[in-house]
Amino acid sequence: MANERRTLLLEFEKPLVELEAQIQQVRDKSSEFGVDVSEQIRELEERAKQLRYEIFSKLTPGQTLQVARHPRRPSTLDYIQAISEEWIELHGDRRGSDDPAIVGGIGRLNGQPVVMLGQQKGRDTKDNVARNFGMASPGGYRKALRLMEHANRFQMPILTFIDTPAAWAGVDAEKFGQGEAIAYNLREMFRFEVPIICTVIGEGGSGGALAIGVGDRLLMFEHAVYSVAPPEACAAILWRDAQKAPQAAEALKITARDLLKLGIIDEIVPEPVGAAHSNPVEAAENLKAALLRNLAEVQALSSSERRELRYQKFRRMGVFSEVV
Amino acid sequence: MSLFDWFANRRKETALTPMQPEREIADGLWTKCEACGVMIYSKDLHGHQLVCPECGHHHRVSSSERIQQLIDPHTWRPLDENLVSCDPLQFKDRKPYSDRLREYQEKTGLKDAVQTGLGQLEGLPIALGVMDFAFMGGSMGSVVGEKITRLIERATWEHIPLVIVCASGGARMQEGMLSLVQMAKTAAALERHRSAGLLYIPVLTHPTAGGVTASFAMLGDIIIAEPKATIAFAGRRVIEQTLREKLPDDFQTAEFVQKCGFVDVIVPRTQLKSTLAQLIRLHQPVAGQVSSTLLPKSFPLMAMAEESL
Repeated sequence: MANERRTLLLEFEKPLVELEAQIQQVRDKSSEFGVDVSEQIRELEERAKQLRYEIFSKLTPGQTLQVARHPRRPSTLDYIQAISEEWIELHGDRRGSDDPAIVGGIGRLNGQPVVMLGQQKGRDTKDNVARNFGMASPGGYRKALRLMEHANRFQMPILTFIDTPAAWAGVDAEKFGQGEAIAYNLREMFRFEVPIICTVIGEGGSGGALAIGVGDRLLMFEHAVYSVAPPEACAAILWRDAQKAPQAAEALKITARDLLKLGIIDEIVPEPVGAAHSNPVEAAENLKAALLRNLAEVQALSSSERRELRYQKFRRMGVFSEVV
Repeated sequence: MSLFDWFANRRKETALTPMQPEREIADGLWTKCEACGVMIYSKDLHGHQLVCPECGHHHRVSSSERIQQLIDPHTWRPLDENLVSCDPLQFKDRKPYSDRLREYQEKTGLKDAVQTGLGQLEGLPIALGVMDFAFMGGSMGSVVGEKITRLIERATWEHIPLVIVCASGGARMQEGMLSLVQMAKTAAALERHRSAGLLYIPVLTHPTAGGVTASFAMLGDIIIAEPKATIAFAGRRVIEQTLREKLPDDFQTAEFVQKCGFVDVIVPRTQLKSTLAQLIRLHQPVAGQVSSTLLPKSFPLMAMAEESL
């Protein structure tokens, strides 16, 4: 356990963990010698809380990327199970495959049936291999589309959860039309009449993320990232050095705060101090509250209004000037 | 400064001035074919739409020359020529993005990587977009996305077919997420063009990749490709690195992608204009026949059928 903890420790969390170890030491000592040190412990705990807040309130984009990829960060299925009263997972794209990198199904959120889907990273190495680290194949995007068609047919809102480094780049993915599968979803998601709310819960990477990311609202967790290309790939191309990923992460503007400023996302979902993996229950509560509030807002609109606003929302994206 | 220093400085400056990049098709009288190496009289090569008369290799065409090849003389009306990128992220890798933009603008005479406009093709009115690979690899940032979206909206508004000649490495990284969302923006506009019952034909030329493949390039009603063009989502090198194996030579060629079912026809450039015209004519309503798509939804078709009995 201690070993596992160390491997899951991010570099910048170290001072915090040292302080926590110190607190534990003081506790052990006090019980050993029977001295009352509650005052000191309270003081140290206050300091730890302060330190945790300080560390996580000023993460660099490179550090945020690490948090977003944390192996203990809650996944799509974790959130689905935490926020819904009931849930049944559905399988298959009806075209010959069932991609485990994308999960989806029908659940009930605050009494209302909804279709939920998203990329699913593994919980451990074995699981990750099975789920291809959340990198979906064309079949995954077609499965997502099939489920969204279902939602549209039965008037259920669609909630998507984005958590993928990128769409899968492999021989079969190319053969089965990775580009076509993504493109098709982008177009069709503008056609659906039901509300669509997308949330970047961890890592949003390139077209593989966008393929389930067209909605009436785009939410993003405080320490999630969303990027045009994986920062490593970007560094390899533009800096000719994959080690320059932190610089690329900085330059690409991938954090929730930057993307809110750029008009890409609508809202930042707050994470507990110490990020979602330190308190998944609180993270899920925040997510649920944000989803319900946004859902109520877009459900108040007529389907044609909703589609028009969805179009206008994306229509406005982009920054350029028109010289005369 | 002594005269000697002045000369020394001058020499240094000339040495530092970058060489004019070699143009793919030199301005000289003769051009060497990239594929078979045969020397071709340049005028002949351009007359042959930059297709090698010996081996059929398709050399790269600039967007302006492509427009000339496809659009009837004196009918081209360019749109949105004044759109320029303003470096929204203040992006800098080994060089500031704003410097790169200026360099490419000087080199190509274009403001960004796509030209759009309205014109006639064998007398048929169309909306045409032509990407230019010479401008930052034809990458799609805010300007490319906006110009293409406006073109699609114009085609929907004018109720005319749309043709986009694609040539792009994908999304432009220097504009980050703003580039990625252009994929969705163009797809949104295409959804409306499609709902209006209009025809869209993308022409995939070498190379068409990444975010362009994963948006408007693959959303055609009919998809045309040029012979041997590379058509890919992920680049060959990326796949080779992840899989640690060498891929077959024909992987991701137009012919390969056609076999996979994602390209309808491979058309040599010299036949592109006539093929596009043929396809567009085949989608026009036949004179004298009532097209059901033109009828209002409540039109009593049954009553009409009964009357004719």
